[in-house]
Amino acid sequence: MRTWLLIGACLLLMVTRVAWAIDSEPPFSDPVMEHRYEHLLQEIRCLQCMDENIANSDAPLAADFRRQIHAMVAEGRSEQQIRQYMVNRYGDFVLYNPPLQASTWLLWTGPFLLLGIAILVVILVVRQRARMDEGREI
Amino acid sequence: MRRRLFFILPMLVLLALMGFFWRGLYLNPTIVSSPLIGKPVPDFSLSRLHNPKETFDQNQLKGQISLVNVWATWCVACRDEQQTLLVFSKQNVVPIYGLDYKDDRQSALQWLAERGNPYAAVAFDPIGNVAINWGVYGAPETFLIDVRGIIRYKYIGPITPAVIRNDLLPRIQALRREGT
Repeated sequence: MRTWLLIGACLLLMVTRVAWAIDSEPPFSDPVMEHRYEHLLQEIRCLQCMDENIANSDAPLAADFRRQIHAMVAEGRSEQQIRQYMVNRYGDFVLYNPPLQASTWLLWTGPFLLLGIAILVVILVVRQRARMDEGREI
Repeated sequence: MRRRLFFILPMLVLLALMGFFWRGLYLNPTIVSSPLIGKPVPDFSLSRLHNPKETFDQNQLKGQISLVNVWATWCVACRDEQQTLLVFSKQNVVPIYGLDYKDDRQSALQWLAERGNPYAAVAFDPIGNVAINWGVYGAPETFLIDVRGIIRYKYIGPITPAVIRNDLLPRIQALRREGT
């Protein structure tokens, strides 16, 4: 019982911590803008901490990115424009989802290629075994 | 023949993967190459550290090859770097401009007074907005700007004598030969 309470408290703390990080800016009254802002925070990488997006990062740079993006959303810029603004300055790495382009096609198709090869190998092995079994019956 | 392919194909895939991982071991993930290289310095206007009434903007970076060094008093690596920059500034190769990043004016002035000032001028960016516009994500970072005010190179991390010798001086000399 006590352990469960402890785990619950920890989970609650995790939730509130994220909320603190986001609450550095006042929320938008317009729900469309608020959604755009929240969505961008999930998509932009904090380059100081590398493996965190700016919604979850406590790094000063993430706070600066959030402030900058908040200002651009307030100006009425579209999600695409804001993403482009960040990419123009920090490169594709600033996006959590790398865009599909010439330099990244292997990244996107690689897992499927490997899966395809694996399936092919399995099919060939199974067929060969089946043939060997047939041979034994005769 | 087909049997042999069975063994060779996974082996090739494995070798290719190992090649990528091997290369990955020697890449520094904290260095993100800047898309601003080859582009003009972003427009900005900041107050100067020493004289808040005067501004510093992109036009001051045109007409000569220069370095722009992003630094701050809270940045530990900037401490060592500053000594190297001081020596380099005395050689009068190119002017070094400072971008004081997310800093406190008083401590920055004190820091330069105590440790020496390698900068021809320092722009003061207390909020860090201009730094974001320049694609800065930490300190120290150093930009090499050509005569037309175009960013030609960016070095991430503290400048050492070796960095000046191997990375900066050859590029400065190449820009001089280019004559633009």
